[in-house]
Amino acid sequence: MVELKNVSYSVKDEASGRKQDILKNVNLCFDDASVTVITGPNGSGKSTLIKLLMGMQQPTSGRILFNGEDITALSVTERAKKGFTIAFQQPVRFKGITVKKLLSLASGTQQDIGQMCDCLSAVGLCARDYIDRQVDGTLSGGELKRIELALAIAKGGDVFLLDEPEAGIDLWSFEDLVRIFNRLRDKTVIIVSHQHRILETADRIVLFENDRIVSAGKKEEMFSKLTERPALCAMRVKEV
Amino acid sequence: MDGTDKELLETIADLHGIPEGSFNIRKNGTLLARNSDKDVEIVSKKDKDGIDIIVRPGVKNRSVHIPVLLTVGDFHDTVYNDFYIGDGADVTIIAGCGIHNDTCGAAEHDGIHTFYVGKNAKVRYVERHYANGSGTGKRVFDPTTKIYLKEKACFILESTQLGGVTYSDRKTYAAVGKDAALIVKEKILTDHEERAVTDFKINLRGKGSRADIVSRSVARGSSYQHFRSDLIGKNECFGHVECDGIVLENARIMSTPKIDAVSTEASLVHEAAVGKIAGEQLIKLMSLGLTEQEAENAVIQGFLS
Repeated sequence: MVELKNVSYSVKDEASGRKQDILKNVNLCFDDASVTVITGPNGSGKSTLIKLLMGMQQPTSGRILFNGEDITALSVTERAKKGFTIAFQQPVRFKGITVKKLLSLASGTQQDIGQMCDCLSAVGLCARDYIDRQVDGTLSGGELKRIELALAIAKGGDVFLLDEPEAGIDLWSFEDLVRIFNRLRDKTVIIVSHQHRILETADRIVLFENDRIVSAGKKEEMFSKLTERPALCAMRVKEV
Repeated sequence: MDGTDKELLETIADLHGIPEGSFNIRKNGTLLARNSDKDVEIVSKKDKDGIDIIVRPGVKNRSVHIPVLLTVGDFHDTVYNDFYIGDGADVTIIAGCGIHNDTCGAAEHDGIHTFYVGKNAKVRYVERHYANGSGTGKRVFDPTTKIYLKEKACFILESTQLGGVTYSDRKTYAAVGKDAALIVKEKILTDHEERAVTDFKINLRGKGSRADIVSRSVARGSSYQHFRSDLIGKNECFGHVECDGIVLENARIMSTPKIDAVSTEASLVHEAAVGKIAGEQLIKLMSLGLTEQEAENAVIQGFLS
């Protein structure tokens, strides 16, 4: 179980010099064996929440607990070793590093072709065509995104943080994504997404707006709320 | 050969002892071992120090090893090697030099290599430079490589400087004929106070000629690297030069590109990017469970692979 207790994150606005809240007093609990989708307008702090959970940024105040242990001060590496696994919204490119090498680094062992095939076919890629490719600009955005998800599968873990996993993936491949989420049903899965079809896969939906949680609940309750008040999901862009 | 020789040979040429096929092993300025046959003939020069390597036309799938070992200080070894590659031949030449210097005197090897590559011939030339040793004496390489490519010839140059080299000044000249191709993959690693200069002058003379030069370098400590390239298009041709560098600690990398489209039909491109390892690369690898140091090493190893 992952818990956020009164978590706030703020930055200093460079232009005005004033403090700007990105997240304010967030209290959330993510159960084992559950899929939570976090949604809301751009700039509402969803990706920041994912970064705080992975240790890429430190909260200004508040605590993050994993199975009761305070992990707020733990580094990215330490959290990765504890079982936190992230798929970035924008995958990183590496000149000279092959898909095979990254899969081995992710799994912590030298992967054989069968294991690599398992991870890559889960995201709709043929291992034979990809393992020797470099993870650089020669791959398309969609290919990089799929490889990012394959790395998360290869690494494994207990808590999966997937930041807009559908971004750059063609709509007719959504079935692949849904299959991945189903494969992770026994884990704590936290997804940031705007896509209705991804929201449909959730056990629970959390709606963010203007640095705080507006509403959270089971998928069915939240769908009816969003249907009644679609303005809750209206675009309200806040530059951060 | 002693243990040091074997270690150097393994590092620079992946050799575990005396190779099969044609080879010439030079140690401390003298011939250690040689094998020559009618397809790939190796003969000593009469007017100066060095060898002629003559590959008969049409010879395919042959490899030639010509490593050089230098294990003494106060020694400056200059060698002139000329390669005559017959029309239609297809060979791999593995050169390179290993210096082991435990003294306070400088050990320097200057390999002056000239390639005359015939029509439709293909050469893969692998050159590795590596140095070690406990002495304070400098470990220096100043290689010069001249390449003349006839019609439809192809030359692949894989040049690697692995580390431990105090100073290197590498010069590569090429004249590329009609429909011929030059492909260069250069990798240089420097550390401490080491300095490495690499200088390309590529003349795309023939119609349909092309050149692709990719240089990747990593500079650590207080080391310094300078990449210079001069790409000249004198005909309908395509040339691409790419210099990527990673700087760590107090190191410095300078890149000086020059492209000169003498012909209006020439298409020449230069790309250069020098900087620290991107923070997002380290974070990504750390999110896979690597420490920051392990992540840095993985990025560098991949970059120079």
